[in-house]
Amino acid sequence: MAPLVPYFISPEFNFVIALIVGIGFGYALEQAGFSSTRKLVGLFYGYDFTVLKVFFTAGVTAMTGVLVLGHLGLLDLNLIYINPTYVNAAIVGGIIMGAGFIIGGFCPGTSLCAAAVGRIDAFAFIVGSVIGIFIFMEGFGAFEGLYTANFIGAPTMGEMLGMSPEMFGILLTLVAVIAFILTGKLEDKINGRETTISKERKLVYASITVIPVVLIMLIWITPSRKEMLWNEAETAAQSADFEVKTMDIDQLAFELVHHSHEYNIIDVRDTAAFKTTIPSAINVPLWEMDSPAWTSVYKQPYKKNVFVGDFSLNVRKAAALARLLGDKDPIILVGTVPEFREVIFNPVQPAADADKHELDTFRFREDAKIKLIRMEERLKNLRQPVKKVVVKAEGGCA
Amino acid sequence: MEPKKYMNPYLAGLFLGFVLLATIYITGRGLGASGGIKSIALYGVENVAPEHFENVEYYQDYTKSHEGSPLNSWLFYEIVGVVIGAFISGIISNRVALKLEKGPSITNKSRLIFAVLGGILFGFGSQLGRGCTSGSALSGMAVMSFGGIITMIAIFGGAYMFAYFFRKLWLNQEA
Repeated sequence: MAPLVPYFISPEFNFVIALIVGIGFGYALEQAGFSSTRKLVGLFYGYDFTVLKVFFTAGVTAMTGVLVLGHLGLLDLNLIYINPTYVNAAIVGGIIMGAGFIIGGFCPGTSLCAAAVGRIDAFAFIVGSVIGIFIFMEGFGAFEGLYTANFIGAPTMGEMLGMSPEMFGILLTLVAVIAFILTGKLEDKINGRETTISKERKLVYASITVIPVVLIMLIWITPSRKEMLWNEAETAAQSADFEVKTMDIDQLAFELVHHSHEYNIIDVRDTAAFKTTIPSAINVPLWEMDSPAWTSVYKQPYKKNVFVGDFSLNVRKAAALARLLGDKDPIILVGTVPEFREVIFNPVQPAADADKHELDTFRFREDAKIKLIRMEERLKNLRQPVKKVVVKAEGGCA
Repeated sequence: MEPKKYMNPYLAGLFLGFVLLATIYITGRGLGASGGIKSIALYGVENVAPEHFENVEYYQDYTKSHEGSPLNSWLFYEIVGVVIGAFISGIISNRVALKLEKGPSITNKSRLIFAVLGGILFGFGSQLGRGCTSGSALSGMAVMSFGGIITMIAIFGGAYMFAYFFRKLWLNQEA
């Protein structure tokens, strides 16, 4: 699952990616005409709305793509970089940039493109940007208050407006299309000309507009890969036909005493409950089980995974999820973790008239208790609970 | 040879959108520009005034969170790519020429002065706003970031607000 950095592409190679996507970025900007300062500024005097058209088309395309990839489970939307929101700095900084745009005739990206095709004024703008950044860095103490004020995390538009991301996606697409039509008319009026768009052309534009809207609608009404995964696990866990290997408490204790290296004990309770667990267990809370960081644990062929917890349904669900995520043969513990501890660590002395089997069981538990306590002590110093950290993408421009 | 016509803006936008989408898919982050220019500014300070670079808190914080030279950053490599890509596009479309572009009513000298001034403002604002039109507005829109979209509104709104006062820079007007 993407993003491909850092699990599939190393951070070093990421620099090569940077160069390649940069080339694409620069090529697109220059082809669109963003190396011409008069074309850029045209947006603000109404004689040329190219910037708006390119900008919104690109934004809507990328946004639709992000939604689709997220929905199909190809891109983990929790890991991609969402710009943090510092309300005051975003607005004041934005207005200052706006002033810089109209006075200098470029923004940083377009000035680089214009400089690349030899525009002398673009070089002047870049020199200015370096100076401006230098001033900010040198005077940071004075601006720090404004820079960090009113921080509200990294919300998305959907969250702020209380609507689903799909709803916002459709709205933004419609706003963009309406803006394209209106600015087209305005552009004609200001330039005193009349553009007639042929019927075929109109049809092409209309059908292209429909694509993002339909895609987002489809996302909206169909369950996402993630939802499907959880639903499937839920159904499987509740079904009587769900076949999964089981172990009872004594069996698990026996295996731990004799072949502990063959098993991964996975405690699916939350981290607070995990403080007292089964010796050698690792903690993967149920709701984190589908995180990409853990799939390698389910898929590895060397150890058998034994899922333990405190509710039979949750443990079954965990095993079902693990199976869906690539574990060929998950095992579940019959009985809860506290029960395991109670049975093994406080074995009940059998009654005087107990039969041989009961006496054997008691002796086994007494022995297992000593060995497992030793194991627990040893591991306490050796290992902190294995904690897999999912690396979030870094980003931003500042 | 005449320069070729610009690409259809919607087609260019579509292309740009896919470049941005690929970037997010591969790296988990968006595109940027001002951050790359910041690397240049940092590199300058580090090499011109190394002592100052070591002693000022802002630079110390930067060094703590970034390894190696300031130029060894994702955005710097990316803007090198931007320059190459734009140059290739310029060659293909016959637009590479050493020249200055300006509004009809001002001199070359004032165009250059205002370009530097605008650059200063944009550079400063991009740091305060944590990203420019690329890193904050465009990439922010792709991931529907609230911060990115209010920055975008502020940038374009700000430019419209000031457009009237600076119309002499760009429009054909008798003073």
